[in-house]
Amino acid sequence: MSNRQLTFSIFRFNPNLPGDKPRMQEYKLEEQKGMSLFVALTKIREEIDPTLMFDFVCRAAICGSCAMMINGRPSLACKTLTKDLPSQITLMPLPVFKLIGDLSVDTGTWFRDLQVRTESWVHTSKKFDPKALEERMDNELAVQIYEPERCIECGCCVASCVTANIREDFLGATGINRVARFMIDPRDERSDADYFEVVGNEDGAFGCVGLMACDDNCPIEVPLQTQLAFVRRKMASAGLKLESGGLRKSG
Amino acid sequence: MSAKHTHVTDVLIVGAGLAGERAAVEAAAAGLNVVILSLIPPRRSHSTAAQGGMQASLGNCAMGKGDSPDVHFGDTVKGSDWGNDQEVARMFVETVPIAVRQMAHWGVPWNRVKAGKYKHPNGMELEDTKDREGLITARDFGGTAKWRTCYTSDGTGHTLQYTMDTVVVKMGITVHDRMEAITVIHDGENCLGVVARCMRTGELNVYLAKSTVIATGGYGRLYGASTNAIICEGSGMSICQDTGVVPLGNMEAVQFHPTGMVPVWILMTEGARGDGGYLLDKNLYRFMPDYEPKKKELASRDVVSRRMVQHMRKGLGVDSEYGPHLWLDVRHLGRKHVWSNLREIANIAMNFNGIDPAKDLVPVRPTQHYSMGGVRTDKNGYGYGLKGLFALGEAACWDLHGFNRLGGNSLAETITAGMIVGEQIARYTLGATQNFNMKLVDDAVKKDEERIKNLVSGQNGKENIYELKKAMEETLMEHVGIFRTGPSLEQGVAKLQELYRRSLKIGLRSSGKGANPEMAAALRMPGMLRLALTISYGALQRTESRGSHAREDYPKRDDTNWLKRTLAYWKEGADLPALDYEPIVCNELPPGDRGYGESSGQAAAAGKK
Repeated sequence: MSNRQLTFSIFRFNPNLPGDKPRMQEYKLEEQKGMSLFVALTKIREEIDPTLMFDFVCRAAICGSCAMMINGRPSLACKTLTKDLPSQITLMPLPVFKLIGDLSVDTGTWFRDLQVRTESWVHTSKKFDPKALEERMDNELAVQIYEPERCIECGCCVASCVTANIREDFLGATGINRVARFMIDPRDERSDADYFEVVGNEDGAFGCVGLMACDDNCPIEVPLQTQLAFVRRKMASAGLKLESGGLRKSG
Repeated sequence: MSAKHTHVTDVLIVGAGLAGERAAVEAAAAGLNVVILSLIPPRRSHSTAAQGGMQASLGNCAMGKGDSPDVHFGDTVKGSDWGNDQEVARMFVETVPIAVRQMAHWGVPWNRVKAGKYKHPNGMELEDTKDREGLITARDFGGTAKWRTCYTSDGTGHTLQYTMDTVVVKMGITVHDRMEAITVIHDGENCLGVVARCMRTGELNVYLAKSTVIATGGYGRLYGASTNAIICEGSGMSICQDTGVVPLGNMEAVQFHPTGMVPVWILMTEGARGDGGYLLDKNLYRFMPDYEPKKKELASRDVVSRRMVQHMRKGLGVDSEYGPHLWLDVRHLGRKHVWSNLREIANIAMNFNGIDPAKDLVPVRPTQHYSMGGVRTDKNGYGYGLKGLFALGEAACWDLHGFNRLGGNSLAETITAGMIVGEQIARYTLGATQNFNMKLVDDAVKKDEERIKNLVSGQNGKENIYELKKAMEETLMEHVGIFRTGPSLEQGVAKLQELYRRSLKIGLRSSGKGANPEMAAALRMPGMLRLALTISYGALQRTESRGSHAREDYPKRDDTNWLKRTLAYWKEGADLPALDYEPIVCNELPPGDRGYGESSGQAAAAGKK
């Protein structure tokens, strides 16, 4: 049996080249056994079109660099095998993020901004004592913190989110998940009122309209639906307490 | 034409992986201005791919009882085959417990000790004690006397890098991602900074700093089969070597990890064997105990890799269209363990091979994994040859690992060197003055502009960058692999010299405009070939076997003639490195038997069966 002939239709546009216009360009490749989109795109660049821009780093679904729209759905290109796709493959850059060129988008700036806005670090008044033993923690809790911590910031949840696509400042499931990670971490001394300021609004937990495409499209299966529900519940009750003046803010 | 932007800072860190970020934090905490350059956003660095863990002698878990920095020291020196710097190893083992605890303070969710009796998946009955409950636990890794590898499930590198980056963000440290350093600016004595190419626009930028720090990781991608991320092309090492005055240390010391998955060469963590996984041959026979009765699958990586190749040479490998391989078997650990503690490798096997390791065998073969060599520094991280230049992490030859690195010691090195060298960087920089020799800067920029212009015009030639790269990868695989011989190394060197000459005649097929990927690759290629030649030529000259450097024509370690470190310089216009050597000082532990591997009499006899 001869190998399939694959036709790639790929979005092309380099905003840094004066006069360049967005267009779709076609490339044909013969399918190989075990071919991933990493292998296919590298082959196109090295053998057909050396100008084609895309991002791969780990090529093992660990680093989150290579998310793109693959036949209309956001996913990691490195772990997408061509055998699971029809012979006509359409590749587009992720929406929401700023385009660098072709399939490459600027997730780095977006996510750094997110970390700053959500103050995604452990807030503690304690000073590290190099002579002391580490503070004890229940192993189950450590495992629980690791679950949301696993997010690789690929942007698939953001690309698939209706709210993120229409509201520029929406934190997206990844942002809310990140906040959830610190909420359950006892080393972080922030109160519910502190978190309320970060996610208790339309750009945070209350901006989600519940379509859950984020959960469907997370390539590493972080339980985003559970995390969203957890933060929403916590923020709703914090909001009520704040309104009744019953919630004291921490210093 | 001149550089688009000129940035001035106190400390310039090239590379935003764990080593670079930890050093940045140390320098910023001293009140210095710090700028980090990175090819990619920091959280995508190759550090995140380290699955297994980080060694620190906390001694909290049952099988870690009695551990101490001294025991860790002994393992590290033996692992290195007495090729490392023992002063560095001593500082390292004393500091690493603090480093692990500080990472816990910053937020790493280390797995913790659970008190009580339990049966380890490998069948051992163990009991963790109440007094240690909730403290950081550890798993078993190769070449260690105690269970010492601290971990967070299957994503230790990920949680370390993410946590480290939260500190960088919190401190407001500037990161310029998609910015590639392509030239070190220097006057032969002082380092002034770098010329960098913006990977968003293609424009050249100048960064001037009192201290320039190389933390760019390894060169795995010089080899055709490597576990490394595709950005690991040794660029930081190569731009330092290009100065002509900064030597690279021990570049012939290349680690092959026993278990890269065939045929995509993605890493199957050592944790799989640490947790009780076996290696099987084509008859589904567990062969490692025959060669290594004591450590079995958990001897040092260099030893296990050689035993695997030895076994395949006997015709006992599994034939495949990608050549012979062996099997990694974790089925007996149980589905729950495989899909929780080893989830990352389970996912990788499933995604890239359609294999469920809970019920299927995983095809594996030793694969290039780690660069022990790098920019040679002193024990404080000061680069040889230029004032104001530092290096750390995999990019450096600080020389913690000598000729073989232990699993779990690289993550540990990144953070620990970040603390130790970071403090030195801060101290040096606080007393340093900025050197604004704009003539030097202009000359450096002009030289890079010239390179770019020639690549576009093709005036030096029309050699194809990707063809050269492929040929280099194949040459290293064929001639400078796990087992080496003089004649084959000579052939390799000759082939690489030819490729190097051709690389000076690369011409682009595209316009090279903007953030053009062909341009980025073409600018790196001659430097990569210089690294490849440095590895091969160093291996050819070293007529002994030590750690990962295994010469079949010189199978013994030779402490009389070779207890020394290779220093490789590249002089302008040369087509081979100039080699020099410096003595290795064993100030604590005199050279001896490793207790496993070919030099151990018992194991050698068993291997002959």
